[in-house]
Amino acid sequence: MKKYLAIILALAMVFALAGCGAGKSDKITVGIINNDPNESGYRAANDRSLKEMFTEENGYEASFFYSLKNDEQIAAAQKFITDGVDYLLISAADTAGWDTVLKDAQKAGTKVILFDRTIDADPSLYEASIVSDMAKEGQQAVDWLKSQNLSEYNIIHIQGVMGSAAQRGRSGALDDEAKASGWNIVAQQTGEWSADNAQQIVQAVIDAKTPFNVIYAENDDMAKGAVAALDKAGITHGVGGEVLIIGFDCNKWALTELLNQNWNYDGQCNPFQAEYINDIIKKIEAGETISEKTIIMNEKGFDATTITEDDVNNYGI
Amino acid sequence: MQEGTVLEMRGIHKSFPGVHALQGVQFTLRKGEIHALMGENGAGKSTLIKVLTGVYSKDEGSIMLDGHKGEVSIKSPQDAQNVGISTVYQEITLCPNLSVAENMFIGRTTAGAVLKWKDMNRAADKILKNLDIPAKATQQLGSCSIAVQQMVAIARAVDMDCKVLILDEPTSSLDEQEVEKLFKLMRDLKSRGVGIVFVTHFLDQVYAVSDRITVLRDGKFIGEYTVAELPRLKLVSTMLGKEMDDLADIKEDKAVNSQKDEVPVIEVEKLHSTTGIKPFDFYINKGEVNGFTGLLGSGRSECVRAIFGADKTIGGVIKIEGKKVKIAAPIDAMKHGIAYLPEDRKNDGIIGDLSVKDNIILALQVLEGFFKPLSEKEKNKFAEEYIKLLDIKTASPETPIKSLSGGNQQKCILARWLLTHPNYLILDEPTRGIDVGTKVDIQKLVLKLASEGMSITFISSEQDEMIRTCSRLVVMRDGRVVGELTGDDISQTKIMSTIAGE
Amino acid sequence: MEKKTNILKKFVGNQLFIPLVALLLLIIFNLINDPSFFVITILKTKEGFPVLSGSLISIIDFGSELAILAIGMTIVTAATGGQDISVGAVIAISGSTMLRVLCGTNPQPDKLLAPIFVAFLVGALAAMLCGAFNGLLVAQFKIQPMVATLILYTAGRSIAAWINENRLPIIGEPSFGYIGNFLPGVPIPTPVFIAIACMIIIALVQKFTNLKLFTQAVGINEESSRLNGINPKFMKFMSFVILGLFVSVAALIKVTRISTITYSVIAKDIEMDAILAVALGGNKLSGGKYNIWASILGAYVIQFLTTTLYKLQVRSDALPAYKAVVVILLVIISAPAVRDKFAQITKKIKAKKAVNGGV
Repeated sequence: MKKYLAIILALAMVFALAGCGAGKSDKITVGIINNDPNESGYRAANDRSLKEMFTEENGYEASFFYSLKNDEQIAAAQKFITDGVDYLLISAADTAGWDTVLKDAQKAGTKVILFDRTIDADPSLYEASIVSDMAKEGQQAVDWLKSQNLSEYNIIHIQGVMGSAAQRGRSGALDDEAKASGWNIVAQQTGEWSADNAQQIVQAVIDAKTPFNVIYAENDDMAKGAVAALDKAGITHGVGGEVLIIGFDCNKWALTELLNQNWNYDGQCNPFQAEYINDIIKKIEAGETISEKTIIMNEKGFDATTITEDDVNNYGI
Repeated sequence: MQEGTVLEMRGIHKSFPGVHALQGVQFTLRKGEIHALMGENGAGKSTLIKVLTGVYSKDEGSIMLDGHKGEVSIKSPQDAQNVGISTVYQEITLCPNLSVAENMFIGRTTAGAVLKWKDMNRAADKILKNLDIPAKATQQLGSCSIAVQQMVAIARAVDMDCKVLILDEPTSSLDEQEVEKLFKLMRDLKSRGVGIVFVTHFLDQVYAVSDRITVLRDGKFIGEYTVAELPRLKLVSTMLGKEMDDLADIKEDKAVNSQKDEVPVIEVEKLHSTTGIKPFDFYINKGEVNGFTGLLGSGRSECVRAIFGADKTIGGVIKIEGKKVKIAAPIDAMKHGIAYLPEDRKNDGIIGDLSVKDNIILALQVLEGFFKPLSEKEKNKFAEEYIKLLDIKTASPETPIKSLSGGNQQKCILARWLLTHPNYLILDEPTRGIDVGTKVDIQKLVLKLASEGMSITFISSEQDEMIRTCSRLVVMRDGRVVGELTGDDISQTKIMSTIAGE
Repeated sequence: MEKKTNILKKFVGNQLFIPLVALLLLIIFNLINDPSFFVITILKTKEGFPVLSGSLISIIDFGSELAILAIGMTIVTAATGGQDISVGAVIAISGSTMLRVLCGTNPQPDKLLAPIFVAFLVGALAAMLCGAFNGLLVAQFKIQPMVATLILYTAGRSIAAWINENRLPIIGEPSFGYIGNFLPGVPIPTPVFIAIACMIIIALVQKFTNLKLFTQAVGINEESSRLNGINPKFMKFMSFVILGLFVSVAALIKVTRISTITYSVIAKDIEMDAILAVALGGNKLSGGKYNIWASILGAYVIQFLTTTLYKLQVRSDALPAYKAVVVILLVIISAPAVRDKFAQITKKIKAKKAVNGGV
């Protein structure tokens, strides 16, 4: 039966790849390798924006492959190269192991653009890398928090999955500032991006009667979980409340919480690389050279006191 | 220790919670003898052997071995093997999907880090030939008959240079020819100086090969005898601790209850199952005891299993009191008042971890249905009633059935089916591996139930049991019914000639 | 004296012994570390209702899902001798289904499209279908439970996302949140009542049906059970369907706690805790006899441990390691081999005492 399972999985992969056969035409062919859009709201928005950009109307012929596994992604890349796509767009599951396939791409004349995530490879092997700067996102949030000039800072810090780029960037900024400004971190634990865990972490602090006035959650889901714990204990939050709430990722619903003054700040993690990629492809097609290989996207942070309905609609994912 | 003695156990005590299983037992084994260890179930045979092989640690007493100064300490089966004590159990403990040679050498320190397959196979073949065992080294063990597998297990033990070989019920799944082969091997080993401890329930076999007999009863040592000193009847009475002529009496009670014109309780026409038996006809009348006989593997169990719906049937008709019924699964048969005590008690009968009580009420409970559990009160009542009725020896109704002796487990299964008050009771080898006393009890019970109107099919490997209890015998050979014997025709010689087809 | 030791012996032999000792150790540890752990105070919710608050309340509150899952997992374990590792993924599927029924295609509806009870029924149906799928693979096709449930374990969260077409529905309706938090005016968290209700239901089922006897029989000896008229395939199949029902109850609590769902992380790894609860309760993972109360107690012990670790502010990346160490200890203590050894040692000590006393 295991065998059948393997066959089914293999067939599923073949079907996934079957759509990739790109016939030669006047359109620019792109092969897009991405993580599974079900992974998060961020990824779903990212996938949606890519699909909206690389359409026939815009002069593209795009094939997509999704996997959270590096080896499957590499195999798909190999296939795209064999099919002779013009551009290979990659959001790699893992940073390592891409050398060979990128060299193959170079030999075959396929141009590679990385988005969202970098990989450990010589920059000469790709045209550009469009990424978010998680540390900058964190810094913006921390700067905002500092600007609130609270009389004291007692912070519950709910981290993402330890070691992930987002966690390292967003935790790093807070850790540095806490040290520098003498902020008190009353709890620092990983919620592993999960609302359930965040709720329990905050509940434990409430149970311990430790005073706190800031919750710094490294994504919106965990902020939501934290708020659930506050609501349960009747602790007010948001604008004018006892506790400041900081989240990340700018989910539409999270921005709505801001608009409703329930939260205080949300940091953007821009999923809309499609436009940047389109610009680069246009430049390359026009024969221009790309001056800067690593392109850091603009990312905003929203304050509950200034956010507008339009912001929610434009930036919410 | 005397000259010529390979093993001496003295004053062995062993207690379990609530039971003093061994009370100062002694046992002596000489070089090159076959020594039968006899006793009823629960007499302490198994415990003694487990102490000897390191499965249990003894509480008191000493074990001395030839070639070892003073006492030997045996703390684990590995220790036992290292000092030259090997055991071959009733159930084959080898790996059926490895080759014969692999089974003979597996887990042996002498094999070295890198196995040399050729050498191993050659060595195995040599041993097999030496002992005249009809198997090839490269053959998969599972493809050999049970008897040959048993012999391979013995060969393995012997090759490990054992001085003491324990054979625990080695013959219970063998047919007569196979038993003969095994005996030949035993005699051969004996002539090479191996001391053999032979545990069996078959009296014939004791007298066929043994030199001496040690009898245990209720955890106590009763005596050590030469075979000549202890004729059969005396052996039985020694084991039971009382003079016994019940065995002789039984035959007189035999029910003769088969008028030809009445409608049979069960009638089967051209029943055919997927197990390889040929379509067969069969009937049984009210109050009749009949039996299926034939060599092991002749299809006698498969016939009754087909009637009970235990195996998938692929044709034929089953009629109950003249009416056609459909039996697709055991539950259908049970609903029609059929009960089946299976041949393989351990795998098909008991639910090991469940209590005696739950095991007894199980079939009745299933018949009552999923949504109608019996109350605790009813369960206790039934369990206690049948524990008393069948004289089941158990610490309490809550004891897990697996901790009971084989005979008492069998009685629990019997109780389970009697509790359903069946019209037709199938007993497949109900007396296998259980002591003489219980055997007699069961035979008597069968006749009593029949006189009360129950129809019973009785299958046994021991022909004298069948001769004593059955008024009609269906004889089978190679999956086919080859004859039917009634009345005076039911005799040892007649059965044999029918089986043989003469 | 004799009687006393007998009672002690009986207690040590009881299945509840290990989880109770573990619980006692955790209680003692917390008493020494910080007695305020056991203080229960009264807080006022946003709506002004008084509610109980404290670590103990958190334990029985957050332990609810695990306790409920432990019930179903125990039955599956007993009947099949294997475990369902798709529980977390099926929670995602069931929860997603409930939200889909309530929200339709609008992620933030002003009004719920269906009564919550109906949404729960549909969600329960979805979870029981998943259970039926697992059950079919295990009972009919004789696939090992871990392997069979691996399919939904892998695919379940994607299916959950697909049910809502990747939207993230959020329920604003306050009565939805009552289920995962507090009913207005009731000072004890609602999940506690739900867990108790599940326990009562399983107690009644065990009393008024033969579920326990039949599943145990199938788990111990399938062939014997068949020859006694039980349908082992059906029992195995049903055990997964029953687990599905309990999974849907856990899913209801999970989604109502925060009134939304995150497909990729909701109830992540909860199957492992549920399996651990069964093991901690001294039930054989290879099937057969079981004690559902021991599993439930095991579930609360695990939650007690989790809450203690959160409270201790164990460095976050080291938290799983601490948990693993405690788990290893607990499991080793409850292993039959260790218990036998333990029994031997106590017996020896007793024997020595007896000898000394005699002299």
